[in-house]
Amino acid sequence: MSATWLRELLRRPAGAFGAAVLVLLVLCALVSLVWTPQDPFATDPFHRWQGPTAAHPFGTDGTGRDILSYVFAGTRTTVLVAVLSAAVAAVVGVVLAALGALGPRRLREPLAVLIDVLIAFPVLLIAIMLSAVLGPSLGVVVIATGIGFGVNIARVSRGEIRRVARTGYVLAARAAGLGPVRTLTDHVLPNTAPVLIVQLSLSAAVAVLAEAGLSFLGYGAPPSTPSWGRLLNDLQDYVTLYPLTVIWPGLAITVTVLAFNLFGDALREATDPRLVRSRSERTR
Amino acid sequence: MTLDVTELTIRFGDRVVVDRLTFSVPDGARLGIVGESGSGKSLTTLAVLGLLPDRAEATGSVRLDGEELLGLPERRLARIRGRRIGAVFQDPLTSLDPLRTVGDQLAEPLRLHGLASRREARAEALRLAALVRLPEPEQAVRLYPHQLSGGQRQRVGIGAALAASPGLLLADEPTTALDVTIQAEVLDLFDRLVAETGASLVFVTHDLAVLARVCTDVLVLADGRAVETGSVERLLAAPQHLVTAALVAAARATSWTPAEGEA
Repeated sequence: MSATWLRELLRRPAGAFGAAVLVLLVLCALVSLVWTPQDPFATDPFHRWQGPTAAHPFGTDGTGRDILSYVFAGTRTTVLVAVLSAAVAAVVGVVLAALGALGPRRLREPLAVLIDVLIAFPVLLIAIMLSAVLGPSLGVVVIATGIGFGVNIARVSRGEIRRVARTGYVLAARAAGLGPVRTLTDHVLPNTAPVLIVQLSLSAAVAVLAEAGLSFLGYGAPPSTPSWGRLLNDLQDYVTLYPLTVIWPGLAITVTVLAFNLFGDALREATDPRLVRSRSERTR
Repeated sequence: MTLDVTELTIRFGDRVVVDRLTFSVPDGARLGIVGESGSGKSLTTLAVLGLLPDRAEATGSVRLDGEELLGLPERRLARIRGRRIGAVFQDPLTSLDPLRTVGDQLAEPLRLHGLASRREARAEALRLAALVRLPEPEQAVRLYPHQLSGGQRQRVGIGAALAASPGLLLADEPTTALDVTIQAEVLDLFDRLVAETGASLVFVTHDLAVLARVCTDVLVLADGRAVETGSVERLLAAPQHLVTAALVAAARATSWTPAEGEA
């Protein structure tokens, strides 16, 4: 696999677009920690509702805040939530799925039931409940969406892990002397990666949406944290008067979600040697 | 390496699938286990490896050079598998990891058992690729399984099974999924490699004609019981049991049966 998967990823338009957007997002997020065009929280009563101008390319909102700076700073919230909740989802999902598929026999059925029960809980409602109790914070968003999508990943990948665990090459690996844990990490998980990658990119995308949605409702990012969702909420009352301003956070959310989905699909294809023609075959 | 199986019984719940099976494979011997599908021959090989499905329960005794394997903790078994017992399985289409290169898989047992460094493993993979007569070994080790033919994949399987020079080679229907001409090539390879390495061989098949090409002794299984055992020549010449007779008749239907050619 080595570095060829990167080349394969970038060869695909979807992969190149997804990767470019995600790299841009991460760069913006990092830069916004030390620099933004203007202070994203500074209000300016003399420049409210500015259209796009040289000083404010995205315009200003009803308190005179520079929307470009705010969207720019909001990137870090989005990136943080997407990465962390995908990570939580990955750990929760893989552990539950592996235990449910290959764990001790007494554990498998109860786990399957537990997963089904957990899936029945609506993720966003739980997040709202938690943040009503604990106060709005990104931690609540990450935990709620991470666990919520983790259970979904567990359900989808449990069957896949089971299928792979029954294949001849897993038996062959065991017969070659590989222990159960390393068989899981060396052969089973890599071969379930196509499913996992798609599920993870999907859950990162949905986490971005969830964070925006929760922040929009006031249950996500606290006011001190810049968030595209809350910006949308701040602007929505005036959407008929100043429709141009709402476009920017909306566009940012849409493009990010799209990028995660396309990136996941392309990555799945690029890391599968069966879908990637080798160089020798291509020149032949 | 000698393998002694005594009173091996395998159960799925109340259902007995292998019933008090006893056989032994002396050092360097080549035993073929033959039987119809469902006769318990594959389960017997899995029991020797300690890789029976969870639901199956094995009792009796499986000794490798005198050491009892049944009931040995997983950790100890893992050290024996691949190193002292090599195994080749039926379907070459699925018995290689699609995400690993041929070289990786050939040398996997060596890496696992700490018998080779990464660099040495690469050289060993080349040696094994040449040993099992893969065309253009330098290229072959870099290929993925889907780029090989069925016969070539089974060669990789055989190479991997022999990588750590095990004293006992288990082969479970290794040629069943291959077409007849390829089958003959792979059997010749088996014959040659087992002779070269001096390993003991247990070869499981449903086809006596295949068995006769590589084995000297036969154990006939039916419904989980040993019904007949003896040398290949005797069994082909004078089958005692109905099941054996049926298998011999089936084997004779295959044109290249060596017993017929020699007769």
